[in-house]
Amino acid sequence: MKKLWILIRKEFAQIFRQPTILRMIIMMPILQLILIPLAADYEVKNINLQVMDFDHSTYSVDLIQKLSASPYFQLVGLPDHPSDAMTQIELNKADLTLTIPLHFEKDLIRENKSTLSIEADAVNGQKASLGVAYAMQIIGDYNREVREKWLQLPRLNEFPQIEVRSSLWYNPFIKYPLFMVPGILALLVTMVGGLMSALNIVSEKEIGTIEQLNVSPIKKYQFLLGKLVPFWVLGLVSITLGLLVARFIYGIIPLGSYFTIYFFSAIYLIGALGVGLLLSTFADTQMQVTLISFFIIMFFVLMGGLYTPIESMPGWAQNLAAFNPVSYFIRVLRFIVIKGSGIKDLLPDLKAMIIFGIVLNVLAVLNYRKRSG
Amino acid sequence: MKSSFIAMVIKEFKHVIRDGRSLFFLLAQPVMMILLFGFALSNEVKESKVIIVDHAHDLASKGLIQRIDQNRYFHVIGSLSNESEAKEIFEQGRASLIIVFPENFSDDLKHQYKSSVQLIADAHDPNTAAIITTYASAVFRDFQNEQLGLLKMPYEIKVETRMLYNPQLISAYNFVPGVMTLILMILGAMMTSVAIVREKELGTMEVLLASPMHPLQIVLSKAIPYLVLAFITVIIILVLSVFVLHVPIRGSLLLLLAESLLFISTTLALGLLISTITEQQQVAMFISLVGLMLPSLIFSGFMFPIENMPLVLQIISNVIPTKWYYNIVRAIMVKGLGFMSIWKETVILLGMTLVLLTVAIKKFKVHLS
Repeated sequence: MKKLWILIRKEFAQIFRQPTILRMIIMMPILQLILIPLAADYEVKNINLQVMDFDHSTYSVDLIQKLSASPYFQLVGLPDHPSDAMTQIELNKADLTLTIPLHFEKDLIRENKSTLSIEADAVNGQKASLGVAYAMQIIGDYNREVREKWLQLPRLNEFPQIEVRSSLWYNPFIKYPLFMVPGILALLVTMVGGLMSALNIVSEKEIGTIEQLNVSPIKKYQFLLGKLVPFWVLGLVSITLGLLVARFIYGIIPLGSYFTIYFFSAIYLIGALGVGLLLSTFADTQMQVTLISFFIIMFFVLMGGLYTPIESMPGWAQNLAAFNPVSYFIRVLRFIVIKGSGIKDLLPDLKAMIIFGIVLNVLAVLNYRKRSG
Repeated sequence: MKSSFIAMVIKEFKHVIRDGRSLFFLLAQPVMMILLFGFALSNEVKESKVIIVDHAHDLASKGLIQRIDQNRYFHVIGSLSNESEAKEIFEQGRASLIIVFPENFSDDLKHQYKSSVQLIADAHDPNTAAIITTYASAVFRDFQNEQLGLLKMPYEIKVETRMLYNPQLISAYNFVPGVMTLILMILGAMMTSVAIVREKELGTMEVLLASPMHPLQIVLSKAIPYLVLAFITVIIILVLSVFVLHVPIRGSLLLLLAESLLFISTTLALGLLISTITEQQQVAMFISLVGLMLPSLIFSGFMFPIENMPLVLQIISNVIPTKWYYNIVRAIMVKGLGFMSIWKETVILLGMTLVLLTVAIKKFKVHLS
């Protein structure tokens, strides 16, 4: 126990001796946490709409006005020619083209029927289909107004109508930072912790100081534990700083308790650092660590549910994401902060985190070789 | 001088190839990433878990529940007798939408021509909540329109829609160019910066600098092997995209390769710059991985629309190379456009490369003295 304590003190001394690295470990995540959530708003709004109005009637002008008054759409142009409209879409200046044909008003009133057409830039399929759905909603409302105007009231009333009322819980004003800050915090803490612990050990391998530790009577688990504890403490410090940013810059007050947050963080960090420790036992050079962690970090970022929901992935990928420790931490932090979930609600995640912590660290100890070469 | 430069380049190539494990990772990783993320990533909401609270238990409500369940976006996982359990369901994340039908749903619809349903969405994920409530409303609207259709409503506005470039709304069309951009960005900056800083750390850089070679040549000879490797990566990614992920290259392949070469140069120049301001591999790697990952991802615009950002960040996004390269790849691959529509992006990338390279070389010289 005493040996371990001395080791931990040595590691802390080493970390504090390198102020550049220490500053980076602290500052880079904070800076990103301040800036990135501001940019991470992917609500489908500000859809750039252009209208080709061949009718130029009262009705077509009315409809255009209705669409551009909607918060989802922004009227960016009224091209006269299909090729102009297409160019705007090619240049990403417009997302949606609505074509109002000649005699739109006349057909609607005289023939009782008229057809509009919408073309959407569907490179991003979700944005396109949602944009079309919003447009259809507005056109549908407009259609009702037209009918109300032309049909006698008693007759109109005979048409059954379902009123849909939706309530958005936890985030009624659709504020993205509330959703993104906990997720990005989870990701940053993992990246920093996992990466730094891996690099730290491998740099000792490269410099050769690890040999000295290897010939000492220190046990493998003591060595790894000595590396783990300082980064575990640093990880908790980062989380604290992150929560302060969330609180004072974004005004996010967790609905759940801080105790629950720290409880999960403390357990999760053991697993996250285990990733780094295990990685360091495989690699001999920092170059190799760099390459492997590139893959791991991409996996963490893209398959952690930060942006694309895990439920949207195909089944096999969801199974794969179950092996991504970050996905649990992102989920847990979001649930505690936004919904106020307690430990009882998150038992499956807790179980997964404990398993990660044990398995990864045991593997790291087993795979660590005291002999080099 | 020229031949000694070539000799240097060959030496650097040997360095890269000699570390077999690194080389393997370098080439195998992009393959794994593009396959994994190309197939796995999707922002389409599907099979959202729905719980029904049906106070009506009548014909109309049952019909609508069936419609919701059959819809590709929804999956009804159960029903509840009242909505008081909603809080617990959301706290445990068991469902994302609860649909409540009031008592006498059919009767009200038939006799008072008006009835209402309530959608309660777990909006902790605001995007998914907005999408599923919109799609659920559409199910009710369609139902209503069909009823109206049976009544032969006059004054009907019909809408025909056409999805350009991606009629089947395949997510890979958006994500493959994005992931490709991200891989190249990080790989290029990371590999060059770590490779050069490594020599600094080991002390071998001094030896090189003592040689009669111009510093520019030394730096370039280090970068060229990675340029070649990154270009091979581009080719591998494109082959996989077309033949495995079925994302077509609709525009000119030659143009795409040329633009990719330009973007690789930008990332290598950035890597060089990072290497001149750092002394330790740990720092270089930290900057290029942790520092670049999220900004490259977020400001590329393939996940987070730039027009939604605050103005300051929209301005910042202009200095992030991934934004421009993503635009280029999307334009050539998915939209099939020619050089005329991406000349602006090309000029910007070219300018960035030159600026980064100039600064890096200037800094490099300062460092020497």
